[in-house]
Amino acid sequence: YAMATNNPSVFLVMINGQIEGANFPEYDDLYCKYCFVYGNDWAPTSGLEEGISQIACRGQGTQPALVWNFPLEITFKSTNPFGWPQIAVSVYGPDTFGNDVVRGYGAVHVPLTPGKHVRTVPMFVPESTSRLQKFTSWLMGRRPEFTDPKVVAQGEGREVTRVRSQGTVTISFNIVTKDMKKLGYDATPSEALSAAEARTPSLAHPL
Amino acid sequence: MASSDLREKMRKKRRALQETLGRVREDADTQVLVATDWEMSKDGERTAVQEPSGSEEQQVATLKQTLKAQRMKRRKKLVEDTPAETPPEAATGASEVERGPRAGESRTPVAAASSSRRSPRDLPPLPASSTLTLSEGPMKRRMVEKLKAARSKAESLLQQEALAEPASRLQGLRDRDPLTRFDTEADLGVRRRDDGAAPLVGRVTFREVAHRGWRRAEVDSGLPTAEEAYNFFTFNFDPEPLEEAAEQKKERRFVEDRGVEEEEEEGGGGGEEEAQVEDGGEGESGSEEEDKEEDAEGRSEGAPLVEDQQGELFIDETAQDFLEVKKAEYLGYHSRVQRESEVLFTPSLRTVPTSCKVPENMQPRYLEEEGLYVGERPPVSLANQNILENRILQQDEAKKWFGDDGRVLALTDPIKQSSTRPPLFNLEEDLDPALQTVYRKALKTRHASRYVAGLGETAGRCQLDVDVSGLIFSHHPLFSREHVLGVRLVQLYDQHLNRQHRNITGLLTDKLHGLRNAVRNITDLHGDRGLNVVMRQRIAEYRLEVRNTRRLRDVEQEKDRTLLKSTLKVWKEMKALREFQRFTNTAYKLHLRKQEVNQSRDEQDFEEEIQMELVELQGELEEEYQRKISQYRQQLEEWKAWRKKQKVSSKKKKKKKKKKEPNEGDKDDEDEDEQEEKDLGSEPPKPEPPERQELSLLEQQVREKAARIRRKPGEPILVPEVTLSGNITPNEQCPRGEFARREDVARRSLFVKVLYNDKEVSRTDRRPLGADFRVHFGQIFNLKIANWPESVRLQVFEASGSSSALLAEVFVPLPESTVLTGSAPPQELEFSSSQRVTFNHEGVGSDVPFSFEADGSNKLTLLTSGKLSCCVSWAVGENDIPLAPPTSQTPGGIHGALRQTDAIACIGASGLSDMKRLSKWAAESRLDPNDPSNVVLMQLLTVASSGEVQVPDYFRLEQLQEEFNFVTDEELQKSRRFRLLTLRSQEVVEFRNYKNVPAVEREVSEKVFQDYEKRLRDGEVVDTKEHLDPHRAVVAKYLKKIRESVMNRFLIAKHHFLLSDLVQEDEVPSIGVLGLNIFKLAEPKRPLKPRRKERKKVTAQNLADGNIKLLVNIIRAYDIPVRKPHPSKPAVASKSARSFTEAFVAAQSSQSALHGNDWPLNQVQVRPFVEVTFQRSVRQTTTADGPNPCWNEELELPFSAPNGDYSTSSLQSVKDEVFINIFDEMTFDITEDDRERGSTVHTRIEKHWLGSVKIPFSTIYLQSRIDGTFKVQSPPVLLGYSKERSLAGEGGYDSVLSLSEGSFVTLFITIQPQLIPGESVREKMKEMKFDSQEDERLLHAAEAFQRDAALRFPGRPCLTTVIDISGKAVFITRYVRPLSPPQELLDAFPNSPQEATELVARYVSLIPSLPDSVSFTSICDLWSTSDQFLALLAGDEEEHAVLLCCYFLAMGKKAWLIIGTAIPEGPTAYVLTYEQGRYLIWDPGRGQYYGQYDTFCPLQSVGCLINADNVWFNTQVYDAPMRMGFDVSRSKLWKPFFSRAFPNPGLSSVQPEELVYRRVDKVAAAELQDRIEKVLKEKIMEWRPRHPTRWNRYCTSTLRHFLPKLEQSRGRDVGDEHRLELQSMLGDYRISGFPLNVPFSELQPIVEAVYSTGVHNVEVSNVEFALAVYVHPYASNVLSVWVYLASLVRTR
Repeated sequence: YAMATNNPSVFLVMINGQIEGANFPEYDDLYCKYCFVYGNDWAPTSGLEEGISQIACRGQGTQPALVWNFPLEITFKSTNPFGWPQIAVSVYGPDTFGNDVVRGYGAVHVPLTPGKHVRTVPMFVPESTSRLQKFTSWLMGRRPEFTDPKVVAQGEGREVTRVRSQGTVTISFNIVTKDMKKLGYDATPSEALSAAEARTPSLAHPL
Repeated sequence: MASSDLREKMRKKRRALQETLGRVREDADTQVLVATDWEMSKDGERTAVQEPSGSEEQQVATLKQTLKAQRMKRRKKLVEDTPAETPPEAATGASEVERGPRAGESRTPVAAASSSRRSPRDLPPLPASSTLTLSEGPMKRRMVEKLKAARSKAESLLQQEALAEPASRLQGLRDRDPLTRFDTEADLGVRRRDDGAAPLVGRVTFREVAHRGWRRAEVDSGLPTAEEAYNFFTFNFDPEPLEEAAEQKKERRFVEDRGVEEEEEEGGGGGEEEAQVEDGGEGESGSEEEDKEEDAEGRSEGAPLVEDQQGELFIDETAQDFLEVKKAEYLGYHSRVQRESEVLFTPSLRTVPTSCKVPENMQPRYLEEEGLYVGERPPVSLANQNILENRILQQDEAKKWFGDDGRVLALTDPIKQSSTRPPLFNLEEDLDPALQTVYRKALKTRHASRYVAGLGETAGRCQLDVDVSGLIFSHHPLFSREHVLGVRLVQLYDQHLNRQHRNITGLLTDKLHGLRNAVRNITDLHGDRGLNVVMRQRIAEYRLEVRNTRRLRDVEQEKDRTLLKSTLKVWKEMKALREFQRFTNTAYKLHLRKQEVNQSRDEQDFEEEIQMELVELQGELEEEYQRKISQYRQQLEEWKAWRKKQKVSSKKKKKKKKKKEPNEGDKDDEDEDEQEEKDLGSEPPKPEPPERQELSLLEQQVREKAARIRRKPGEPILVPEVTLSGNITPNEQCPRGEFARREDVARRSLFVKVLYNDKEVSRTDRRPLGADFRVHFGQIFNLKIANWPESVRLQVFEASGSSSALLAEVFVPLPESTVLTGSAPPQELEFSSSQRVTFNHEGVGSDVPFSFEADGSNKLTLLTSGKLSCCVSWAVGENDIPLAPPTSQTPGGIHGALRQTDAIACIGASGLSDMKRLSKWAAESRLDPNDPSNVVLMQLLTVASSGEVQVPDYFRLEQLQEEFNFVTDEELQKSRRFRLLTLRSQEVVEFRNYKNVPAVEREVSEKVFQDYEKRLRDGEVVDTKEHLDPHRAVVAKYLKKIRESVMNRFLIAKHHFLLSDLVQEDEVPSIGVLGLNIFKLAEPKRPLKPRRKERKKVTAQNLADGNIKLLVNIIRAYDIPVRKPHPSKPAVASKSARSFTEAFVAAQSSQSALHGNDWPLNQVQVRPFVEVTFQRSVRQTTTADGPNPCWNEELELPFSAPNGDYSTSSLQSVKDEVFINIFDEMTFDITEDDRERGSTVHTRIEKHWLGSVKIPFSTIYLQSRIDGTFKVQSPPVLLGYSKERSLAGEGGYDSVLSLSEGSFVTLFITIQPQLIPGESVREKMKEMKFDSQEDERLLHAAEAFQRDAALRFPGRPCLTTVIDISGKAVFITRYVRPLSPPQELLDAFPNSPQEATELVARYVSLIPSLPDSVSFTSICDLWSTSDQFLALLAGDEEEHAVLLCCYFLAMGKKAWLIIGTAIPEGPTAYVLTYEQGRYLIWDPGRGQYYGQYDTFCPLQSVGCLINADNVWFNTQVYDAPMRMGFDVSRSKLWKPFFSRAFPNPGLSSVQPEELVYRRVDKVAAAELQDRIEKVLKEKIMEWRPRHPTRWNRYCTSTLRHFLPKLEQSRGRDVGDEHRLELQSMLGDYRISGFPLNVPFSELQPIVEAVYSTGVHNVEVSNVEFALAVYVHPYASNVLSVWVYLASLVRTR
């Protein structure tokens, strides 16, 4: 057991992927910030926890999507699935007066199952408390923002906020896990399992 | 219904088909194929196609190929041609229902025969379908003919084209015209056909498809469009219809009738068509599977390779053929509009004609015109109404939305015109006291929680039927006398009937006869001789029985007789009464029917009976006699024996008495004798010999009795009969009294209230009280019950006119669950009322004595009474399920047994729970186990007795919880990992933010919990070692407890977020701010005197270690003590005799005289630098010169929060302090070699502590910045330094400084980045209402006062209510009350009140200070009363100030509490006194005072003043004490809380009347002194690990003597004398050192203070140390600790 205590058993979750782009029909020249929010039992072992993307402009055509293709690469180690990492994304861009304002907050859990996943995260921004406030904030380019973009990954205290949805962000994840099953957490999706089982006999008896 | 519907559909279908076929004639191109298929399949022999089916593979393959091609084309065609069919079938699930039979019609046999060939999309055959077509009329026949004609034509056409079938068939298809006519037809058909299940969906999809056809027609350019190509590839490739048809045919030939066949085919053809089209439609999604399916089929036929090849070939071909690049389509506006008009529907605004809305051929009917009330509709604008109607009319069943009048059905306007709530005036004031609301605590009803168990699913299914059928009065106040008699008569008659019905007399008589016969039989059989014991015994038993029975019979007979007699008597009385009063009130009549009897027979019977009885009685008497005789003999014997004994004993006694007379001492014997005498004295009477009763007497008795109770022989049997046939005298003929009575009766009516669980649930109608005093209700109330039935009560009310009175109340027993409606017998419940009622008419009243006799004797008193006939039973629901609560349901068979195991059933299975008793009962009653009616019970018993199933004797709330537990609770509790997780989620301090909880149990080491468990243990045990003083330990523990409770109280608040916590939003700028901003634009970019700018605030959430820095800007210092050369002269003047006046008068002391001569001009007086210590990191400034140095340096210190938790609450609880120490840097030349002096410098640097400033981090955090000049806390004596200013009188500026003594340092401290202080928590606390015992009005006023203050002067603190230690809001003035200080303090300076005042202030300041913000994480200020404060010996500024203020008041001073802000504490409390026409400001924490105009007064602003009577809020422009007036009587300057409008209600104080002080404990103090000294010495040695620490004992003892003097002078300058003294003793030493004075709370702060001076850092090898500790005790264990610390360096 001495060894066990020295090297506590952990499982690893490796996240590759990218923030592919966003769909904000009315806005342009946006960039996004992301950060991972995770519980106490989680620790990033490699990769970047936070990042800011380039500013993306919309294409010439009528295509509404903004493309960032901003890579994510991070590996977590953890002892406990509680506090599974979430990615909190916030999108910023200039308003009509050129002030940098927030265009959306959103968060999504990193998928639990290994494999490729695409998540579309609906985005929202906090609303001004009053109409006058809204006007002045629009005028001065200082819209209400969350004190912390990580707020959107938490449940506590959200009841006091009012938000308006705008746009979506698409994130693709490629998840690789290690030792999850060893610790008793079976997160393999059932299709993948059955596919793997189906494949095994065919390998055993090749044509 | 269904069949006729279907028939109708079939007909339509056929019509559509007919038309299609008709069209085929016109352009044969398309439809031919279909027909051909059928034709071929029908005939089965014409073409070569079906010949080889299944015989030769080659042929099959080729055949398939061709077939596929054909089929594909056909399908395509079908898709396009018959779009009408597609949508409802393919798109809506609803239409599948009808597709089934039609498709199945033709497929049924196929399905049966060749299921392998069926496409998976084929519906399973429906068996019912074949019957549909059997009954078709002449219409069908006509159609058959038509079809035949069409088919033959098509056939011929096909044969022409059969060989020339082109490969690119599509070309032809494209040229086709869109089949619009067919579309519309089909549309209609569909519309009509659809049952309305999904009409809209069907139509919409249909339109789309129809559209597709059109579009294609429009854009047709000769090549397939992308859509076409797509469709082509994705459509379903069905199994060959040809073969299918062929097989179908074959099969059918065997199975079905020939005549039906054709019909079916037609239908089937249509169905097939549809089915295939469906497949095409659905195939868009599932075509791939279809293809595969087909492949599989092919393979199954044995030609897989060929099939595959074909598929590939085919695809290659089509890919080339159908791909094309072409321009984007453009639709013209008009065409688009047209297209849209197909899809979209725009309801018109025009009014719909009424005719469309009412059913055909009907005139609208206007109910209102017919005189019916219609009501007013809610107002809807006409346009909207029209739109709605138009929209509705588009729907299929539009008509049902309209009423008879052709308007949309609508409810009447529910809004009432007038408000029903009466207006309430004067809401606030002058409310009628009767209307005043009174608070009552909510009471739980007793039954509220007792819901019927197991109601989850059977909710509301329990129903109790209460049947109130009627009531009869046996007495009513309105009874006339006749009624009374009548009722009595009826009662007697009823009794009679009852008895007759039961016929007890007859039964007993029979029994008697039986018994007699039995006895006779026995005796006859055996004779008297041959009787054995058993027989004799039996005879005796029989005889006993006979006797008993006879007695019973006699009693019964007598009763019968008396009943008859009394009935007759009553009847006679009644008749007499009727005659007397000359009218009749009642219809009662008694008839006596006489039954004649046979005289002789009767007599014989009578005589026989008597004789029989006599014989028996004789026997009994004989027996009795024998018994008595034997008894007599026995008694006689006894008596005789007694007599004999007595004679003997009397003789003895006489002897004894003679003997014993001389010696009287022997008393025992005497007693004994007396006892004996007594025994003997109770002489038994001499028994009398029993006498035989005379037989004749006996006979006489028997005959008498018989005459009394029995009918005389020959007397006819009288049978009474009461009828209601009598006539009642009409009202007019009655006298006035009777008339009035009858009138009264007519006025009365009765009703019954039904109360369930003491709640009225319903009441019966009112029924008039009839003249016969019977009321019939006949009402049944169905009570749907949710609560457990506790009681059912019926209340009988009598009403006359509008008023009603409760007559009586009847409790109805709750029925067993087996008592069900219908089978339950009605119950008669008697009721009575003790109400006294009198009348002045003929009514006899109630509880009133009355008499029937003329003389008024024999009075009767009757109470109102009667019988209520009702029935309460459980209702029977549908399916004969009793609607009784489940608990009392009888256990039924297996179900019942199951309920035992079922946890849910256990909840209420009270009927089953007592299994033991049940089994006991079953054993006792010897149930027949074979009786089928006992099966259930026996099964239950076996289950129960086998022990497998046990009824739990507990009640479970979450029955299924156990099923979901994966481990037991104990195991879970044992799990260390679970415990760790739990503790973390509970935010227990040790585990808050605990990282990486191990993944498996074994990796969690026990060590993790050690600290925590230790803390838990320590909570119990008081650790005296840590605290040195047991009292303080207890206090510390107590404080901890309070803190915990407070923390718990505010835990909720911590998790309560405000918007500002989460969202950052700019304030709406007011006009003023805007103006200011504009003004700012004009400001210079780089002003000469820059000001500090407000920085952006950062919330603590997204911070991590290293992000936060503490910025300390040391600007300058004043009045640093200067060094004194060793051989200094003693100072002459002592400042000990300072007076108050000096404090505020700029009195230059005569200091200047002292200085000047000591110092060589060029010598550096002092070289001070500042060292800042915070969280173990140390930064220092450069060294400056002189006593007024200027550094202007910024020091950056890193800050890390405890546990890396940067939440607001965590930051607030940081206890670290910033130490700002001022040192003097001294250099000593230690160059030993004089030759090197020129080239090298070898000096040793020593730093000497001069003083320090401590600022808690929490203060910085809460204030966000500290800016100001602070007084340096320097020791009263600094050895080697002089505090006197040498440069006095240098300039005007200094004269201001000299107002106060001591050194000062100007600082600016802040945190980078600026953290949002925990104000939010405080705000939250404000929102949270504390419970308070204050008057509501006062609280409101306080709130208003505070709000007003905050509005007018946002920055100024204003306190009206504070929270006491139990968390209750208390008005602040209650804290102020004169309290006398310890007497010894007053006695110390009896002549000098000033001294005494200062001493008192010092006493207060010596009570350790413990800021609330640290202990209670600044959640709120808790104010403890002074006695609590003294008991705890810890408190913050408020407590100190309150205590000081109370003392001052007791000492007769004018004193107020100041609520304001000070440096560095922030919001705080000071004390203001008024002395000699001037105001003094006291700092209670330090025991110092300042004049109002003192520059260095730490008090920066004054918010309000408080004394025992009032609170005044500062309404002056300025709040700095220097610039304001303190005269509270000036209303311009101060706004009082209590004014004339709202006078002080005379609030009592929360303070005790008197403070009780504990005596000074000198022994304990001395002990403590030793301990502190020991600990400190150890610590100093510990801090100097690399050097030996030598203690100079001599110096130490000197210092120790000196310390008490310092205490006496309260730290004032006594330094000079002392220094001289020291100097003389230790002339050879260079001493540096100082005494420290701290109030004693714990050891740790003392150690810290010593450490921070850095005395131990002297690293000269020959250094010696001196340490002396002195503890001075004051009352109540307030201790002043002095630590004198000195380092001595031998100079020689």
